[in-house]
Amino acid sequence: MKRILTILAAAVLSAAPAAAQVRVLNGAGSTFGFPIYSKWFSEYHKAKPGLQINYASIGSGGGIRQFTEKTVDFGATDGPMTDEQIQKAGGDVLHLPTVLGGVVPIFNVPGVKDLRFDGAALAGIYLGKIAKWNDPLLVKLNPKAKLPDMPIMVVHRADGSGTTYCFVDYLSKVSPEWKKSVGLGTSVNWPVGMGGKGSEGVTGLVKQNPGAIGYVELIYALQNGLSYASVRNRAGLFVKGTLAGVTAAAAGAARTMPKDFRVSITNAPGRGSYPISTFTWLLVRRHGQDGKGVEIRDFLRWMLKHGEGEAAALGYAPLPGAVKARVAKVVETIQG
Amino acid sequence: MTPAAAPERTSSGARGLVPVPGPRERAGDRLFRLIVTGFALLTLATVAALAWQLTRGSLGTWRAFGASFLWGRTWDPVNDVFGALPFLYGTLVTSLIALLIAVPLGVGTAVFLTELAPRRLASAVGFAVELLAAVPSVILGLMGMYLLVPAVRFVEPSLERWLGFLPFFRGAAYGLGLLTAGLILSLMILPYVTAITRDVLATVPRSLKEALYALGATRWEVVRGVSLPYARPGILGAVFLALGRALGETMAVTMVIGNTPRISASLFSPGYSMAAVIANELAEAVSDAHLSALIAIGLTLLGVTIVVNGLARLLIYRLERPR
Repeated sequence: MKRILTILAAAVLSAAPAAAQVRVLNGAGSTFGFPIYSKWFSEYHKAKPGLQINYASIGSGGGIRQFTEKTVDFGATDGPMTDEQIQKAGGDVLHLPTVLGGVVPIFNVPGVKDLRFDGAALAGIYLGKIAKWNDPLLVKLNPKAKLPDMPIMVVHRADGSGTTYCFVDYLSKVSPEWKKSVGLGTSVNWPVGMGGKGSEGVTGLVKQNPGAIGYVELIYALQNGLSYASVRNRAGLFVKGTLAGVTAAAAGAARTMPKDFRVSITNAPGRGSYPISTFTWLLVRRHGQDGKGVEIRDFLRWMLKHGEGEAAALGYAPLPGAVKARVAKVVETIQG
Repeated sequence: MTPAAAPERTSSGARGLVPVPGPRERAGDRLFRLIVTGFALLTLATVAALAWQLTRGSLGTWRAFGASFLWGRTWDPVNDVFGALPFLYGTLVTSLIALLIAVPLGVGTAVFLTELAPRRLASAVGFAVELLAAVPSVILGLMGMYLLVPAVRFVEPSLERWLGFLPFFRGAAYGLGLLTAGLILSLMILPYVTAITRDVLATVPRSLKEALYALGATRWEVVRGVSLPYARPGILGAVFLALGRALGETMAVTMVIGNTPRISASLFSPGYSMAAVIANELAEAVSDAHLSALIAIGLTLLGVTIVVNGLARLLIYRLERPR
């Protein structure tokens, strides 16, 4: 008995200092970035065993809220915070782009393998103005496809999501009517159609219903081998969503990018740019507390140097070089 | 038969174990009384805390819209305009469909199990019913999405052909919508109605039934004249328990209801339920007004549940009073 107690005591004593030395950073937010963030955090922990970063993938809205209330050390979001939200959070907020994602239209039209859309067509469909697949506008965009006389069933995400944010951000940019009557958000008041829960819900609805159209994340489409339509970009070319096209959109938008990186890169200029693309951001305070700012800064340095290379393997589009260099500069301003 | 026999066995088995009460037991009794009173009060406090939190969290919505939140028809998170009516409608309609299907089916099954079925078949069916109650709702939702939705889509045109003169059975056949959600819910609450009704019917005194048989009554007359009236309060209890479950069900409903906050008479059209909109939008509700409106939906749902339960109590109380 005594021996067991001694062993136990020894175990506790030897474990205690180690436990005391592991510092913990807590973050929460975006579900879109979760797969790559969790990979980065676990690898960073291996490289630097003294620090453990926990991440709760509770959604961008929850991430912004917890970051504002300082219950987490950093947040993560797929849509930038508004000025008002930044003020509420104390003003000292940095948006740091980590990776990029794209949104692609998926469809189920009998006898049609490939489709091409432009902004007006997508906005028209989601506004309910284009109700049939053989609408003149769609026929003009797809002269080769045999479009049937069939009603379009519009499918959107039912759950609030960064995917929806990116998609309606694009629609707001290309259609003044969309901007005026529906607007921009993670959940919106859809004029037509029905909602599927999550990417798998949207995909299920589209696959099951002839005549349906929906939208999913590019990663989701790639991983599940879904076929999707190409979209006409600002340069007038039809582009199919690819990681390279998404990175090109960020590069195209880099020149006009504001200092705080709070920028939408939908409908970006550039011949290769895929028009429905978006950053996802980490939310960090410039002036950290208890040395946590420095620890976050060190992680971000590591992320830019080693982490970005792994993005493509997990299906994310990495930041273009120009943006990466600018993010690196901002990372160096983090203190405390 | 088993539920009636079970308590007898335990009480006779436990008789020898009951200790002779002494002064120490009295102190123990007091302690026991305090502890269980504490447990009961804790339940009460939980409900109160829940109501208080929901009220506090939704104050912004009540201030902005007042009671008109309850009959507002617009749900626009972008412009912060919120109304609960489409969700209230969806929740109530799907639950009603579920009850209309599950109650006759469940009570009928229970009558069959207690009065007609051979014992072996009864225990096999009884086991299947209890198994159905244990299926997680997300599994039922998946089944709904991949089996029920195509089936409903297939059936809807014929329904429209035969019953299209009613406003409830018209419109495009998506396969998703209020009808499908109601069907899934009926499947979820069926085991509750069946199992409880079966147990209540099993408690109908044999002597009553035998007396009627002795008078030359048929089986149907015995069921109608004795068993069902005797078991009525219990069956009503089962129905309201099932209704409570249907009102709050989230996952299976959101997978098949179509998630569209619109009110239409047709059961073919997509709708939305209160529990589903909370589950879908809470995580990404960025603006305070949106969050507050979702919590207000939660409070409304709690209110609906309390009203339904209150009505149930009242009904059972009135039925149990000697005439």
